[in-house]
Amino acid sequence: MSTKRTVGMFESFDRSGRATRSSHYCAGCGHGILHKLITEALVELGLQDRTVVVSPIGCAVFGYYYWDVGNIGAAHGRAPAVATAVSRTIPQAVVVAYQGDGDLAAIGFNCAVQAANRGERMVTFMVNNCTYGMTGGQMSPTSLLGQRTLTSPQGREAATEGHPLRVAELFNQLQAPVYIARCSVADTKRIFQTKQIVRKALELQRDGKGYAYVEVLSPCPTAMGLDALASARFTAEQMEQVFPLGVIRDHSTQAVPLPPPAPACSVPDFFARYRDRDFPAPVEDATYTERRMIVAGSGGQGILVLGLCLIEAGALAQRFVTWYPTYGPEQRGGFASCALVIGGRTIGSPHVEHPDILVCLTRPMLERFLPLVKPGGVVFCDTMILGPDAPSRPDVRIVAVPATELAAANGSSRAANTVMLTALLHTRVTGLPEEAILHARDATLRKKPSLIALNRHVFDAGLAWCRQNLP
Amino acid sequence: MVEKQLNEGSNALPHTAIDAEVCKGCRRCIAACPQQVLRLRPTMNHCGIQPAEYIGRDCTGCGICFYNCPEPYAIRVESPDRPTRNS
Repeated sequence: MSTKRTVGMFESFDRSGRATRSSHYCAGCGHGILHKLITEALVELGLQDRTVVVSPIGCAVFGYYYWDVGNIGAAHGRAPAVATAVSRTIPQAVVVAYQGDGDLAAIGFNCAVQAANRGERMVTFMVNNCTYGMTGGQMSPTSLLGQRTLTSPQGREAATEGHPLRVAELFNQLQAPVYIARCSVADTKRIFQTKQIVRKALELQRDGKGYAYVEVLSPCPTAMGLDALASARFTAEQMEQVFPLGVIRDHSTQAVPLPPPAPACSVPDFFARYRDRDFPAPVEDATYTERRMIVAGSGGQGILVLGLCLIEAGALAQRFVTWYPTYGPEQRGGFASCALVIGGRTIGSPHVEHPDILVCLTRPMLERFLPLVKPGGVVFCDTMILGPDAPSRPDVRIVAVPATELAAANGSSRAANTVMLTALLHTRVTGLPEEAILHARDATLRKKPSLIALNRHVFDAGLAWCRQNLP
Repeated sequence: MVEKQLNEGSNALPHTAIDAEVCKGCRRCIAACPQQVLRLRPTMNHCGIQPAEYIGRDCTGCGICFYNCPEPYAIRVESPDRPTRNS
């Protein structure tokens, strides 16, 4: 007994925290048909473990819940850029950018046409349903003349909205693409043509022969306001008048496999090449426990500078360090934080989810980050932001330092970060030598030498306070 | 008992198996079936949808319903292996 069934997809789809065997697509949507054709071809060609599919924004945004291959989600219209990165860094990968007409032909058209023009080793599937389906049926670049949509209630007019964009024909003006085709999932005959085209485009990727573009006309019953069968008829009868089906270009026999891109240098070499010559190379040290820290507060409090100072001290002490800032668009007053990792070996990720050490200068940041601190961690915060209703945790050590007050009393309230530095030094939580911290304290002001004396003054005052008040 | 066998199809014959809880009732398979052996079930599934069902005879195992179906796991088509020349 042989079985015709879906292959190459996950056995169940774990959307919204529950497993289901049902897709999120509307009844009669063309996406599912194309999904099945793609995964079937990938399995038949033995490419499942080599494939990375880049999901778009649009109805196919949840593609990664379905395709049992490598998956990445891209920002709106940017699937070709992400696919380019995958294709160039993993030369053996079969790279699929799965997009819709709104995603590709409007929002990401430049991205798409440039990738096609470069002839990247990837296949782009553009599901063309002549509308923005996910957002509720607005006019898309491929909407037909006269087509009524949410944003063209009188029907699309060439004079005001332009003509439907024929992406396949536009791409056919480029030199680089190896294969360009348009097909449809409107009925059985067209689905079987699409099956051949999908397979061909994926074979080209298997052989590394270059860029393929496959446009798939697909019904969107919901946005068209038609039932599944009527929208399939619309796809076959109306859409094909503007978007004729067929293989528009097939250079597959002439095309030779592209040489794999030669990396300019390895990642460690890259960092070695661009390392600041002032710093000694980091040294592996199994005895040093990696510190993962977050410094947080408002813009203008020197949050990012305090972070830089600490990693500069770490670098001087020949530790491996990363500094990863996050801040709002405001120069002053917005939130600002940075994640720091200081370690005795190569750092895997610069992102800090659960810090060992948290330095906090504002109350909102304390409320945000305190729950994330590892049990047994240390939290340094300005006394000013504490109070009877301040968040607290019994399993972390909270060190309150009157940083802003001390800094203001000694010349500048903006040097509160320096007072925090003295607390970090005094409590020895970073495990960094004093001379490295002192050197970094001055070095971070190398562009503002006039402030060094004031900063040292605040530093000394802070350290004196710590010696008196902290264990 | 007889009816159940008809709906699921005999294992010896080609047949279409439809998961009634996954089917969204779009009717594409029904329209596409060359044998016209699919229809909407008179009763609803848990989503309030009338799913497609196999009438229980004359399926040739062609797979056309499977390819027209937008749902990954709504339709499965079973067909007995064709006898080879040597068997």
